[in-house]
Amino acid sequence: MINLLQTLGHSVFSRLSTLGRASSLLMSLLSAIASVLYRFRLLLVQMYSVGVLTFLIVVVSGFFIGMVLALQGYTTLSDFGAESALGQMVGTSLVRELGPVMAALLFAGRAGSALTAEIGLMKATEQLSGMEMMAVDPIKRIIAPRFWAGFFSMPILALLLSAAGIIGGYLVAVEMLGVDNGIFWSRMQSTIDFKIDIMNGIIKSIVFGFVVTWIAVFEGYDAIPTSEGVGRATTRTVVYSAFAILGLDFALTALMFGDF
Amino acid sequence: MSETINNPADVIISVKDLSFYRGSRKIFDNINLQIRRGRITAIMGPSGTGKTTLLKLIGGQLRPQQGQVKVNDLIVDKLSRKQLFNLRKRMGMLFQSGALLTDLTVYENVAFPMREHTRLPETMIRSLVLMKLDAVGLRGARKLMPSELSGGMARRVALARAIALDPEIMMYDEPFAGQDPLSMGVLVKLIHILNNALDLTSIIVTHDIKEAFSIADDVYLISEGKVIEHGTPQQIQQSSSEWVQQFVNGHYDGPVPFHYPAPGYRNDLFNLAGSEQSQSKRHNQQ
Repeated sequence: MINLLQTLGHSVFSRLSTLGRASSLLMSLLSAIASVLYRFRLLLVQMYSVGVLTFLIVVVSGFFIGMVLALQGYTTLSDFGAESALGQMVGTSLVRELGPVMAALLFAGRAGSALTAEIGLMKATEQLSGMEMMAVDPIKRIIAPRFWAGFFSMPILALLLSAAGIIGGYLVAVEMLGVDNGIFWSRMQSTIDFKIDIMNGIIKSIVFGFVVTWIAVFEGYDAIPTSEGVGRATTRTVVYSAFAILGLDFALTALMFGDF
Repeated sequence: MSETINNPADVIISVKDLSFYRGSRKIFDNINLQIRRGRITAIMGPSGTGKTTLLKLIGGQLRPQQGQVKVNDLIVDKLSRKQLFNLRKRMGMLFQSGALLTDLTVYENVAFPMREHTRLPETMIRSLVLMKLDAVGLRGARKLMPSELSGGMARRVALARAIALDPEIMMYDEPFAGQDPLSMGVLVKLIHILNNALDLTSIIVTHDIKEAFSIADDVYLISEGKVIEHGTPQQIQQSSSEWVQQFVNGHYDGPVPFHYPAPGYRNDLFNLAGSEQSQSKRHNQQ
């Protein structure tokens, strides 16, 4: 019993101290925004590796997601003779939910894991320590540009995923299943509200981008500096990000669209 | 044991009554060291005695639990982050791994501290980088990436980077570890020449006796958290301490036992204490 309590206490204590370290890193990252914007080139380089290199996987996945949505939606809607609502269904589910969530999950797998591994290895090979000894703050020079690059890239990626998904959905619905072209687009246009649907989707993706990149850079910065430690940290990034994205998605959806 | 230093202005780094723990493990127990300006001081001792930790304490990357480290009369652990960074601009450190930035070329690695801390025009940075690289004999390797360098070359590039801002103090963490005789010879020579030519104060943490004794002015031997001996290489070699003789001459057994503490051999072999099984059982349960 005492052992159990001891283990429990130890685990709670270590989780709390991890959370403390993560929060303190976040404070430093937030306060480094001025120096990141001042050295804009560093941010651009990171936006290329975090954002542009994730573009392809996001767009291709979005395209297929849209195609599947249209196919599945058609089978259900046609039972009620409501194929005309297919455009609305594809559009709404993409901009409200699937765009931000899928883009964030793909982002965590592609860019988040790479960020953790890169920062963790820099720590393991004493590059961060070396920078400290050269009087260069590694948080400002290395971590903050990556964090802000992820933060800025994520909403753009989510929008691109939604756009690619809508094109995929159009191809299946109109070109393959024969839904009327005009109805498909006009229903989508008349039912999707910019403020309610698109803006809330963007807010979601901003929150996801913030959390996923925070988890990724923190796990790298806090990794045990061995090959095993970096491997574990990378896994943790993907797992924690997935939990955070799905949990936050529920909370945000309840806040934005829940009727209570 | 240790000779007294008559002129206090001669001392650039002084470590006073310093104790440092990692968890409950004591790394340093009330140690005192004085590093003299312009000299090469070797800090030696068996692996795992915290020699690298001492460099990190001097550089302010770690804080002592007790005692203090003074560099140029500044107490390192009392400095603000800004003051500490200003102090570090006057210190160079050569890491065991080189710690080169792997996404930058050799040239950019050496230029890195200049770009971060100065606003020099590009032409001047170029001249300075080429001068530093020439000093370590690697001007021709400036376009290579760190992954294309041998271990010895990486360390020389890191050395060029460490002297980029013309520091007053150079700290070398195991500069000779894992080097072939050729690279070792080059590094020994470089450390010696740079110390004299740039008017540096050098601290070398190492356990390579021959190389360290060939260039060091002062030697501190550290073991189990204490300074065991201090003096010139000649004084150390003539020391009457058995421990020092074992360390310097590399005898396999002596005051430092060959065996890690263990129960009696016979008891252990026949498992008379029966501890092994219960221990492994406990381990599995954990």
